[in-house]
Amino acid sequence: MDFDALINGLDRHTLDGITRGSIYALVALGYTMVYGVMKLINFAHSEVFMVGTWTVLGVYTVLGAEAGAGLGMVIGATLLALIAAMLASAGTALAVERIAYRPLRKKGAPPLIFLITGIGCSIVLVETFGQVLSAFFGPPFGRVTVNVPSVLETKVVFTIPGLDLPVTNTRLLIIIGAIVMMVALDTFVNKSRLGRGVRAVAQDPDTASLMGVNQDRVIMLVFVLGGAMAGVAALLFTIQYDITKFDIGFIIGIKAFTAAVLGGIGNLRGALVGGLLLGVVEVYASQVWDSSWTDVTAFIVLVLVLMFRPTGLLGESLGKARA
Amino acid sequence: MSEQTTHDKGVEVLPDTSDHDAIMLEASGAKGDVLLEVDHVTLRFGGVVALDDVNFQIRRGEILGLIGPNGAGKTTCFNAMTGVYTPTEGTIRFKGQEISGQKSHKINHLGIARTFQNIRLFPEMSALENVMVGCDARHKTSVLGALFRAYRVRPSEEEMPQGGIRRSFAKVFGISRHTLEERAGRRRSMELLRFVGIADRAEELARNLPYGYQRRLEIARALATEPELICLDEPAAGFNPAEKEDLMGLIRRIRDLGHTVLLIEHDMKLVLGVTDRIVVLEFGQKIAEGSPEQVARDPKVIAAYLGEPDDAA
Amino acid sequence: MSQLLDSYRGLQLGNRWDRAPKWVRSVGLLLVVAFAFYLPFLNILPFAYIRTDLNPTGSDWASVLFLIVVYMIVAVGLNVVIGFAGLLDLGYVGFYALGAYSVALFGSPSSPVVESLQSRFGLADDWAVPFAMCIPIAIAMSLTAGVILGAPTLRLRGDYLAIVTLGFGEIIRITARNLDPITGGAAGITQVPVPPGPEIDGRSFFNTIDAERWYWLALVILIIIIWLARRLEHSRVGRAWLAIREDEDAAAVMGVAGFKFKLWAFAIGASVGGLAGLLFGSKQQYVEPNAFMLNLSFLFVAMVVIGGSGNIVGVLVGAFLLTYLPERFRELQEWRPFAFGVALVLVMVLRPQGLVPSRRRAREFEDRRHEAEEAAADV
Repeated sequence: MDFDALINGLDRHTLDGITRGSIYALVALGYTMVYGVMKLINFAHSEVFMVGTWTVLGVYTVLGAEAGAGLGMVIGATLLALIAAMLASAGTALAVERIAYRPLRKKGAPPLIFLITGIGCSIVLVETFGQVLSAFFGPPFGRVTVNVPSVLETKVVFTIPGLDLPVTNTRLLIIIGAIVMMVALDTFVNKSRLGRGVRAVAQDPDTASLMGVNQDRVIMLVFVLGGAMAGVAALLFTIQYDITKFDIGFIIGIKAFTAAVLGGIGNLRGALVGGLLLGVVEVYASQVWDSSWTDVTAFIVLVLVLMFRPTGLLGESLGKARA
Repeated sequence: MSEQTTHDKGVEVLPDTSDHDAIMLEASGAKGDVLLEVDHVTLRFGGVVALDDVNFQIRRGEILGLIGPNGAGKTTCFNAMTGVYTPTEGTIRFKGQEISGQKSHKINHLGIARTFQNIRLFPEMSALENVMVGCDARHKTSVLGALFRAYRVRPSEEEMPQGGIRRSFAKVFGISRHTLEERAGRRRSMELLRFVGIADRAEELARNLPYGYQRRLEIARALATEPELICLDEPAAGFNPAEKEDLMGLIRRIRDLGHTVLLIEHDMKLVLGVTDRIVVLEFGQKIAEGSPEQVARDPKVIAAYLGEPDDAA
Repeated sequence: MSQLLDSYRGLQLGNRWDRAPKWVRSVGLLLVVAFAFYLPFLNILPFAYIRTDLNPTGSDWASVLFLIVVYMIVAVGLNVVIGFAGLLDLGYVGFYALGAYSVALFGSPSSPVVESLQSRFGLADDWAVPFAMCIPIAIAMSLTAGVILGAPTLRLRGDYLAIVTLGFGEIIRITARNLDPITGGAAGITQVPVPPGPEIDGRSFFNTIDAERWYWLALVILIIIIWLARRLEHSRVGRAWLAIREDEDAAAVMGVAGFKFKLWAFAIGASVGGLAGLLFGSKQQYVEPNAFMLNLSFLFVAMVVIGGSGNIVGVLVGAFLLTYLPERFRELQEWRPFAFGVALVLVMVLRPQGLVPSRRRAREFEDRRHEAEEAAADV
């Protein structure tokens, strides 16, 4: 166990962790909202994120955007990629809901069937990018890691004085972007009429229907919103890590789900808290322990939280953990 | 044994043809002893006070009625007694032992059973299977015992299989306790179904049974756990007058078997007709206690019900 | 429309079998078992087309049969957890891995554990724990793991339990991969022992060439496990599990100790999983972490759920289909995961009760569907 490496760069690692955690938090929003409204863990959400990353790659490819492009191209490509990713992810989420979950809801299927179907959708999406599309179109699809052009060049924007810690534009964008999106979503859910519908269905679906709230519409809305957030996360992810892969959704998904549970599933603010906390813990752990153990950190956190505090840090606002 | 039959939308409830000796309860105390004590029990849910300093006792062998307007806390009281809720203050004692806050199945093993206001049978099991679950509560075979059937017993003559190989096998190796308990459970369950009058539909799925049968099945299932105290939560809800007459007879027969009965009911005629004593709750507080005549004349009780209560259950 | 036909057809068969006199059922079962034992030798066309080794790239037929039976054992064990007790377990591969690693770590002369025991007690270089002893060790380890996992988590809501078990499965695999000094790390453990037997043709009885002997051994174990599972199903334990599934709170009030029975289901499921893993590891004679990935857990659950959870015959069918079909169409290997995903979604959405549901389960699904339709109509 190497604590020195941790202590020496504590500020750097914390910033790293917050950056990473912001991405987790955005993806976590999708898990937490769907769970809050449907009491369902949406296994396919990780692939909703993955589709977003591929969309970003697609937009850059179509526009011919590359590193070193002019400012106009950078801003234009990034914005376009953002919107496209949000649309694609939201669309994927919606498709999963319509094709897989809705028929099951109409049949009143038990929760295990929903989970299995979600897993099936996840596998179909992963394999679409890993096998199906590569069989038809060849590269870049397939079971390989693909580079996404780093259109937005990393530049140090400022340095935190006392700590001598450089903050890059990418990190800034990710952290601020995540917070902005979070606030927007939070405001929407708490202040708007549609948002009120969401909260009503989360608390009591039957009464909500009796009050005229269309449950199907609310569920669709929640999937779309969660998907859109994952789309944002996808763009930010490609900005930071410059890669995508057919199965990139899996590990991000597990971590985001852990973040959602850590913060309190069904609780939007919990997703932010959980995401940031998990990101930081992960980076710290990678310094202290051998890197081969970092992936398992998320699992261990998940199992521990579920065993000993299933309601999460901020508590479940829209549901119950214990059977 | 009652000779009456009642009609439930064209379905006959059969007379009691059961062997009462087979299902008699072996009570462990004298009649008149205090069986259950609700001792200054308060139950709060957040801001709502469901039970407010409630005090009463149930004596062995009596039929006690628990009445009050809707929302008075009667079912909450049942839930507190059977381990579904834990009292915020006060204790509940059963045969001298504190049971408040214990787990439901442990309380059942101590000797309390109940039925539910909104019928909670096991819908996909037959009537017989439902009652057998109740009998299982008293069986000693463990999970390993069911798996390996190693605990073997020398069977009595009635239990022995009739023919050839199986008989010799049983003579040498005995019969597993599990098999004997299964058979005993099945026999006892059929007796209980006859006792409540629904034996003709023993193999039917619980969810397909007519309403009256379902109510009686719940009672049979509760009786199967050999409870010293059985709590009936509105067992006559939805019954017509003839069925209610029949139910009164059933409750008396249950007491004759040795059980003590705690009864929640809205139908005044039934309550006044079958109970020995009555406790009245309103807004979570006990407002009256006494014999049926006393309670019926108590002005507080009459006020709580706002005049003459009638049969509209 | 086809659903009506399906369930009608299904019911007919089940009913006819139940009503047949005892001797018919016994003879029928014996014929099926005899046929199963005969399968490795099936060479008569056109039936032989089911073999997987008709072309040179196909897998050895007896080995495929062995894997099918091992996965059937898994399916029956997982069925106790998911089908009987109604618990969601997405990490069953963890128990499977524990069984395989147990026989490897204790039975292989080259495992780090055995080597440290050899040096500690001055034993010969080729000493290891005898195979027969490894069996109770494997079962004990998986059972203990099941209890350790279940005790704090079985009180959780269903979907939470699913995630915790998933995490557990992954933790087991990653630990096996990382703990080099104990588990051999990513390289795994070789020289895993085989069951004892007479030497024939200069080889031990169980070897890598005569796969049919492994298959028959596994078949015997499968039959025993099925027998034990049915025993449990038709006992007070099975009844308790059913009551817990239908209404756990009402069952508690009727004296059914919910937690105890659920933990037992978990422990029994874990032990069976460990036993299957032991068979697998022993035949391979090589155990490594990559054999126990998460998708194997999903495959296991899919077998149970697609086959028809709660129904032993159903899960056997599920295990057979999901093991046999991929092997039969081995040429399309790259497409296997995709086909699996599509099959999973299709079966779950179109026939959530599974292909061969138990009659009780089929009724449950009908009920739930009616309730959902009524609820929708009310609003």
